[in-house]
Amino acid sequence: MCVSMYSAVWSREETTERNYYTRYHNMSEITAWMEQMKRENPDVVSSMVYGQTYERRNITLLKIGLSSTVRKKAIWMDCGIHAREWIAPAFCQYFVREILRTYKTDTKVNEMMKNLDFYITPVLNVDGYIYSWHNESTRLWRKSRSPGTGGCTCYGTDLNRNFYANWGMVGVSTDCCSETYCGTKALSESEAWAVTDMLGKMREDILAFLTIHSYSQLILVPYGHPNISAPNYDELMEVGLGAAKAIKAVHGMDYTVGTSPDVLYANSGSSRDFARLIGIPLSFTFELRDKGEHGFELPEDQIQPTCEEAYAGAQHIITYTHDKAFYSYAATVTATLWTTLLAAWVSSAILL
Amino acid sequence: MILVWSMGWTLLILLVVLTVVHGNPTVMVRTGSGPTVGFDQHPNSVPLGEDIQTTTEGESEVVEEVMTTGVLNPSHYPARRAATVVQHYLNTRYGSPYRWIFLSTVHSGSAEEVAEMGRKYQLALTMQEMISNVSGQCSAELFFPGGEGQSAPQVQASCEGLHQSNTTAQEEAFYQQHRTSNNLASGNNIPDSYGHVEPSMKPFWHLGGVASSFIMLRESNESTLYNMAQVANFTQLETEKDQLRFNYHVLLHEMISQEIIHWKLLVTWSPEQGVQVLQTELQPKCHHCEAPPNTTN
Repeated sequence: MCVSMYSAVWSREETTERNYYTRYHNMSEITAWMEQMKRENPDVVSSMVYGQTYERRNITLLKIGLSSTVRKKAIWMDCGIHAREWIAPAFCQYFVREILRTYKTDTKVNEMMKNLDFYITPVLNVDGYIYSWHNESTRLWRKSRSPGTGGCTCYGTDLNRNFYANWGMVGVSTDCCSETYCGTKALSESEAWAVTDMLGKMREDILAFLTIHSYSQLILVPYGHPNISAPNYDELMEVGLGAAKAIKAVHGMDYTVGTSPDVLYANSGSSRDFARLIGIPLSFTFELRDKGEHGFELPEDQIQPTCEEAYAGAQHIITYTHDKAFYSYAATVTATLWTTLLAAWVSSAILL
Repeated sequence: MILVWSMGWTLLILLVVLTVVHGNPTVMVRTGSGPTVGFDQHPNSVPLGEDIQTTTEGESEVVEEVMTTGVLNPSHYPARRAATVVQHYLNTRYGSPYRWIFLSTVHSGSAEEVAEMGRKYQLALTMQEMISNVSGQCSAELFFPGGEGQSAPQVQASCEGLHQSNTTAQEEAFYQQHRTSNNLASGNNIPDSYGHVEPSMKPFWHLGGVASSFIMLRESNESTLYNMAQVANFTQLETEKDQLRFNYHVLLHEMISQEIIHWKLLVTWSPEQGVQVLQTELQPKCHHCEAPPNTTN
């Protein structure tokens, strides 16, 4: 019996098993998995600790891309900003596995790995995620784990209301016991500060920002404030609708696309809004399955199909972003005009 | 010839300008980027003069909230919230341990003010029964009462095709199995943390969802969107007057506030009488329960 128990433990840790990506994993498993991804793909995967949580845990991202001598453009993805949305970290793990599995054989993925670096944070709200794994009564925790201030005995700030983007304006609570408590001030939470700091350093290079949540099956575009429109709203909607179409093609699921105030509710201080405000042109929130039947407690047998469809949606956005940067219309126009000029000179030379 | 030369020079100048401006293909042109706000400046571009009101509960909201009237966009929140209220209503009318209805699609809708009394919605919807996977087309009319009181919305709905699933045999078998009090059923954490529901617990899960619909219907307004997050626990009580009886503790998720709200319910059911909720009791949020556990991970 000891031997079989040992082998059961061993096989649970093996991520070469197909069914690793069809189960939810706690924080120590995800940390071990990140190490394994680095170990198995040392030429394309490295990790970076870019901040600390309230409880002084590392916030770690995986940087994935083919190494280059020139500075590269980047795609940002983060998962698990809200602790109870377990399908989101599962998706980040799936996404990483998928690009690593296909970049050598799929020419498009290979090209994107060559031209871009993917910065992927599997779990942003580490403290909250660990707390949601503690027992059944903590499963539905959402916020960070910083204690309340000013005599408020409740814990946690909603990290997705804590960013410096119209902070505190709408869709927030100033009651520290509330699930949408926006904090004592913008960036009061070290987790939000860590993301802000990284995005600030990289803002010239980041082409697209994806933040992954659940549930409701939505693709949200900036801004969360009902009276402010992103200047490239039309482009955001077009790309978002393209992603929803790609999602539907996988398993028939409908994802609704729009600004948060249009399709869900108004809110401020979100990471998506902050990314758009500092100039990252394509910034989206994904709200994954389902629509309320299981809600946050999505069954493990839905992890794979959810990840497959979300991957198709994310790839649509990333492909658009990549092609826009590396096959821009201006380059085509320029090439055409050079050709025309050459023809004109040649013909004028002949005429002379 | 002169024309060709001048054309050529024009083209050359145009090309030089284009190349300088656009650079090589690997440089990203940020057309239409956000407001040119320095990273250290306040990105808040809401015009001054927007009032912020703090209610007694500490909620901050912008005072002006325009309620949509006329034709509704089916993918926007007003139609979706109203449609979810219709879902709750249908469950109170037709739900059972073997029939649990969810909103599938909003096709169209409209809303109008009813002078000083509230707002009326009309909706065309597809609803789906989750156990049999049967879909039905529904048309519904809802009235959200205005004013200070916390009055429940009033709903009328008619659906085609939803009741096609024949649940009679299953319901009867379940009823007979549990009506004698030899082995009173109980359970907790349905679904569990991994989303799993034991097959034997599924009818109790559905029953909890249907019972929750009574509260969700009653508590709904145009600023709420409710789902049942979990059955925390349930216990079967002695059968009385041929009704199965249960105490349920359910967790509701309210989407706009993101709150998890605990309710205790006294629920009865039989195939003839359907689901009834005899008592409801709101459980206060446990603030002292939030302190960090002793063990660190």
